[in-house]
Amino acid sequence: MTDKTTGSHGAVLQDAAPQQDGPLVELRGAGKSYGNIRALHGVDLEVHSGQVTCVLGDNGAGKSTLIKIVSGLHQHTEGEFLVDGRPVRFSTPREALDRGIATVYQDLATVPLMPVWRNFFLGSEMTKGPWPVRRLDIARMKTTADQELRNMGIVLDDMEQPIGTLSGGQRQCVAIARAVYFGARVLILDEPTAALGVKQSGVVLKYIAAARDRGLGVIFITHNPHHAYMVGDHFSVLRLGTLELSAARSEVSLEELTNHMAGGAELAALKHELAQVRGVDTDELPEESDLTAPVAHSPEGTP
Amino acid sequence: MGMGQQAEPALGRPPAPGPKESDGRTARRPLALRLLARPEVGVFLGAAAVLVFFLIVAPSVRQGSSMATILYQSSTIGIMALPVALLMIGGEFDLSSGVAVISSALTASMLSYQLTLNVWTGVIVALAVSLAIGFFNGWMVVKTGLPSFLITLGTFLILQGVNLAVTKWVTGNVATDDISDMDGFAQAKKIFASSFDVGGVQVKITVVWWLVFAALATWVLLRTKYGNWIFAVGGDKDSARAVGVPVTFTKISLFMLVGFGAWFVGMHNLFSFNTVQSGEGVGQELIYIAAAVIGGCLLTGGYGSAVGPVFGAFMFGMVNQGIVYAGWNPDWFKAFLGVMLLGAVLINLWVQRTATRR
Repeated sequence: MTDKTTGSHGAVLQDAAPQQDGPLVELRGAGKSYGNIRALHGVDLEVHSGQVTCVLGDNGAGKSTLIKIVSGLHQHTEGEFLVDGRPVRFSTPREALDRGIATVYQDLATVPLMPVWRNFFLGSEMTKGPWPVRRLDIARMKTTADQELRNMGIVLDDMEQPIGTLSGGQRQCVAIARAVYFGARVLILDEPTAALGVKQSGVVLKYIAAARDRGLGVIFITHNPHHAYMVGDHFSVLRLGTLELSAARSEVSLEELTNHMAGGAELAALKHELAQVRGVDTDELPEESDLTAPVAHSPEGTP
Repeated sequence: MGMGQQAEPALGRPPAPGPKESDGRTARRPLALRLLARPEVGVFLGAAAVLVFFLIVAPSVRQGSSMATILYQSSTIGIMALPVALLMIGGEFDLSSGVAVISSALTASMLSYQLTLNVWTGVIVALAVSLAIGFFNGWMVVKTGLPSFLITLGTFLILQGVNLAVTKWVTGNVATDDISDMDGFAQAKKIFASSFDVGGVQVKITVVWWLVFAALATWVLLRTKYGNWIFAVGGDKDSARAVGVPVTFTKISLFMLVGFGAWFVGMHNLFSFNTVQSGEGVGQELIYIAAAVIGGCLLTGGYGSAVGPVFGAFMFGMVNQGIVYAGWNPDWFKAFLGVMLLGAVLINLWVQRTATRR
């Protein structure tokens, strides 16, 4: 399965937009403290055009803090945050949007009770007419939203239906289509597949690939190494607020990624504990030596 | 390429004709359900039912002059119910709106009388004071993140106390002095509290203002950027902020809009009765909120209309006067209102569950 994904992925990469000289977004030793709690420390991250940078980590590893810095919801308290090579400090998400950094949040992507077309254009509404009677250009917005969604393969009968009546995968896709339409250069996806079934996750992964092929830099936050490995070009694993692994696709295999993600040593300890519980067959579980295999021992990636 | 085009067989129905391609999975909901999903439909039916009921049981309601009285009563609630409804759609409450009406009227009255100014000076200063109260409420809510229920409960108590204390301190009385002989009074009365003749029936100007404001509010809510933002900040303010909606501006301006409404009704009271009772207004805020809720606005925000509260206010005025015209004991008024409110809430709940079901 791994070989197959790598193969198709390689083919797609050849079609990818030519890369720019430097990274679109770069973090250098960035960190964030909330009072005396250090949520993130010394994180390096590069996002290139036409590439998917995956950020993995368990709950509480600092993934959310990381994207909040890049998307302008929070500010970093240490290190540097560069966009197009220049240091920046966003105070609102609007500023990040204006620089082409769009975020699709796991839980706060849309306003459930509002119609699809209103959600699509929320915050960037099309208007017509001079000031005192400047009004929404509803017909144009509906047509555009419908067109953009069809381009992404989502066909809706009624643009007026509340977006809360769509499935989770469709909502994610609407949010991605919206970000792409509004000229995002960097797309941040916060656990887009977390709440989705297998098939819907596949749909979202396809749109991630589609966005990458259109030359966007994608930051894909997830705790699912399998999803990450299907589309990722670079993998960063966070643990307790620091970077545990930062490797290009060629330097890491899916197994190693899974182990890093799961915390190999912790899993081995868990296996030891489970061995003392009746009814759990620990013989089938991998040995500690397998789980903690260091990255450096297999530099060529996929075995 | 997506899952949307993997058409599955529709349940025994041929695909809908027309130029639009359909994936056949989202069957169009029946017209009746789509109509019911509109926030104002339930209250429209309710208002019509109440009207028909009183037309039958109280013959005097059928006269034009009775209808004018009912509409007048409705308009004084309705003008305030509109901004309160917009604020509710925007996800917030204002418990101070009832006493803020009196604060505004007291400001205009005492300032003009004590300094012997043209009443228009008082009117303008009162507007500034009302907008400032609204700004304070909104700013506190946005900056502290506390529930607006608490913040405006505080403002409600503060204004109630200030109204009484300052009036007694300035005039030595609980009411303000009569300003009907002052400069500009007649002119201001024409705008805020006059009547005009329609086929032999005297109709109060507030009815016209009420309908004008309602039309304006509807247009703003459904046809402008700002209206879009109101729904968004009430529906999910974090989502709204994340896509670039100015949440702080929207919320504060909504509170200031309630301030504007309080000023307008306050001016009507002043130029209608010439004096202001400083202890009035308590309890009115709940009537405004009730009219908005009966009008189909969701208490938790993000859903509602400006037309609904118009019918909500009309129901209030109708019941209030209808009981009198029917010759019943007016003590029952509040009980009647309570039943209406509960009924409206239950209908809203049912409508929301049925109409927005997947």
